[in-house]
Amino acid sequence: MGMNQYLEVFLDEGREHLQSINQNLLRLENNPNDMSIINEIFRSAHTLKGMSATMGFEDMANLTHQMENVLDGIRNGKLVFSSQLLDIIFGGIDHLENMIESIAEGGDGKEDVKEVIAKLKAIETGQALDSSIGEVAATVIEDKTDQSFGKEYKQIYDEFELTVLEQAQEQGFHTYEVTVIVRSDTLLKAARVYMVFDVLEKMGDVVKSSPSTEDLEEENFNDEFVVTLVTKDGQDDVKKKIMKVSEIDNVIVKNIDVQKIKQLKNTELDLNVKNKQNTDSKKVERTRQKQNLKKETKTNSKTNKTIRVNIERLDTLMNLFEELVIDRGRLDQIAKEVNHQELIETVEKMSRVTNDLQSVVLTMRMVPVETVFNRFPKMVRQLSRELNKKINLKIIGADTELDRTVIDEIGDPLVHLLRNSVDHGIESPEIRLKKGKSEEGTIELKAYHSGNYVFIEINDDGAGINREKVATKAVQKGFISEEEKATLSDNEIYNLILSSGFSTAEKVSDISGRGVGLDVVKSTIESLGGTVSVHSKENVGTQFIIQLPLTLSIISVMLVNVQEETYAIPLSSIIETAIIRESDIRYAHEQPVFDYRGNVVPLLYLDQIFDVPQVKEKDEYLSTIIIRKGDKLAGLIVDSFIGQEDIVLKSLGNYLTNVFAISGATILGDGKVALIVDCNALIK
Amino acid sequence: MVQEVLKEEMKLVAFSLNGKEYAIDVKNVVSIEKMMTITRVPHVPPYVKGVINLRGVITPILDLRIRFDMEPVEYNQNTRIIIVTWENKEVGFIVDEANDVINIQEKNIEPQPDVVGNIQQNYITGVVKVADRLLIILKLETILKEDEDRVS
Repeated sequence: MGMNQYLEVFLDEGREHLQSINQNLLRLENNPNDMSIINEIFRSAHTLKGMSATMGFEDMANLTHQMENVLDGIRNGKLVFSSQLLDIIFGGIDHLENMIESIAEGGDGKEDVKEVIAKLKAIETGQALDSSIGEVAATVIEDKTDQSFGKEYKQIYDEFELTVLEQAQEQGFHTYEVTVIVRSDTLLKAARVYMVFDVLEKMGDVVKSSPSTEDLEEENFNDEFVVTLVTKDGQDDVKKKIMKVSEIDNVIVKNIDVQKIKQLKNTELDLNVKNKQNTDSKKVERTRQKQNLKKETKTNSKTNKTIRVNIERLDTLMNLFEELVIDRGRLDQIAKEVNHQELIETVEKMSRVTNDLQSVVLTMRMVPVETVFNRFPKMVRQLSRELNKKINLKIIGADTELDRTVIDEIGDPLVHLLRNSVDHGIESPEIRLKKGKSEEGTIELKAYHSGNYVFIEINDDGAGINREKVATKAVQKGFISEEEKATLSDNEIYNLILSSGFSTAEKVSDISGRGVGLDVVKSTIESLGGTVSVHSKENVGTQFIIQLPLTLSIISVMLVNVQEETYAIPLSSIIETAIIRESDIRYAHEQPVFDYRGNVVPLLYLDQIFDVPQVKEKDEYLSTIIIRKGDKLAGLIVDSFIGQEDIVLKSLGNYLTNVFAISGATILGDGKVALIVDCNALIK
Repeated sequence: MVQEVLKEEMKLVAFSLNGKEYAIDVKNVVSIEKMMTITRVPHVPPYVKGVINLRGVITPILDLRIRFDMEPVEYNQNTRIIIVTWENKEVGFIVDEANDVINIQEKNIEPQPDVVGNIQQNYITGVVKVADRLLIILKLETILKEDEDRVS
């Protein structure tokens, strides 16, 4: 049990870390030099590694470990960030996601990750060589200088020594580098060295020796030593004089070209300076990173003061709260009946508090759409690479909040629409160029609040919808008639693609159009109490607009009476209410209609639709509610209007599913249940 | 030994319907309620009387008399709603009277005789005799499942 508890935390946090890695990788692709992003990814990967190792998921730990190495390489500048590299890391992330899901489903989280690990290892080692060419080259140059130096001269001279040598040359002295090789079987090398130095000092001055004179006196050298001599004697004289010392094997005397050494020295200096600058700039970067780190930890600590609450607990809280609201209603009624002033005041105060409480409870259930949106950049990126298209996904308003229940449902429809835009909307780069558009297509995913609704738009600047194609297909499939084809507006035609059984893709592709069309999107969104519409312009782009209610749990309704029953009609479907006279009703083919602001609108009798038992006589004046579904209108005849109210929407449970024209129920102030009318089902 | 005996023991909620005694396994029973206001739901089979507000949860109510094609009667003081749960469904059964909870031995359950009242046999798990009472044990699975088909 104890482990289970940790497992849940592990899964939650694991998913969170993966998501953050995903997001940051995409950000990194746009700003490859931003060290703070790499650091963030690195930290997530590192935590993930630690967590999975603790929980005993070895494959996961191995994979994250390897990824961490590569990330570390990038961080230290050993590896260069590239799209290919990103692909491989994404591959790794996919594996990790699978593992987490497998663990969540009770599996062991094992996956074959050898290939990815091998790839990552290859990057770690292979790329390391490539990317550090700069540094290697630099050392090679240094090596060369050293070598050429070494070949010609065995000693390395500093500035001062060079000046001395230069001046000596100017005064007519020769400068020689003398290499003395002592016989290897010499017993008293130090004595020989002493004698050589004696000879040398008689000829001129020894400027430098290597090993140093101390080392030479203590015999800390092999068989060979080098001295730099300033003398007036010729090369051969020097050699002969030294050779006179016994047990000397060979003497090489070389003239020193001070100018040449100086030149070499300068290039070397340059290099040194550069290296130094490099390390300096690295240092600067590191400190900057540190500062960034500090900054982030600061902001993190500010925003992350949250606790995890199981959604079920929130649902329970909501249910309890709803009961409280209902009891408040009862209390309110009782207080009025008893007419006790203090009681009335107390109930009023309680009403205000419960109103505040309601908004708190509701906002607790609100989740930013970001939680749905954040998986899209990766998806679009992958799709566009598969299709060889260039697509820039812009996300606007990711912080817009929606009820948790809506969030849970909205993901799939959005995936569908985005895939549709990527596949059918945005053209390939060649075609785009031909059309005079920029090579890269743009898909804009935008969320915003407006009134009691949240709008989500998906805009692309792609090919748009071909009216002719859609219209022809619609006629073929019998959705519209030949005459309608000509008379319908562009938008009416475009919206046909959302009808069930309609798909214009000429070939079935892997990305979208898997037999299920956009009608699934439409029905899902309508089941959430929302609407979806299409706007398009050929060769300019397509726009899908999804309108969703802010929350599914509390909606504004108009309560009406039909005979003795009470029904709730969502305000979102109501245009207005009207009182019409029986005599205003006309009949068109048995269908009662009436004239509503110049439009002929069909009339529906709610009591007939719902088979309401007749107990009361009908009035001459009919209370009518004008409802709409898209562009279509209808008049709904009820007996009387009760008023507008915010109600808690409840489902009829799992037993009564699919009741015609009823979308749910609510509990009224007196504890009775009222059914909520689904206006979309009433208008065909 | 003790555990074995416990395992075989079963608690049943007994209720009467049209003069006969029926029973439901107590583990499927949520609560027993007095009659309350039922809101009619249109376009559902006649035995679905509507929905009630059961402490904030909308619960569908079935009249078992109508469900089993018996003569409907006016609801009275003794009428009860037995809230039952099966899989993830929660519904209420309107019965003439809820009697008591009785313990039986599982081994005492006999297979259904050929004819038991008017109820179709596939709604019955079996019968059990307790003293001089004969209880008909209902099978929620079929009662609720067939409804589903008929509802939609």
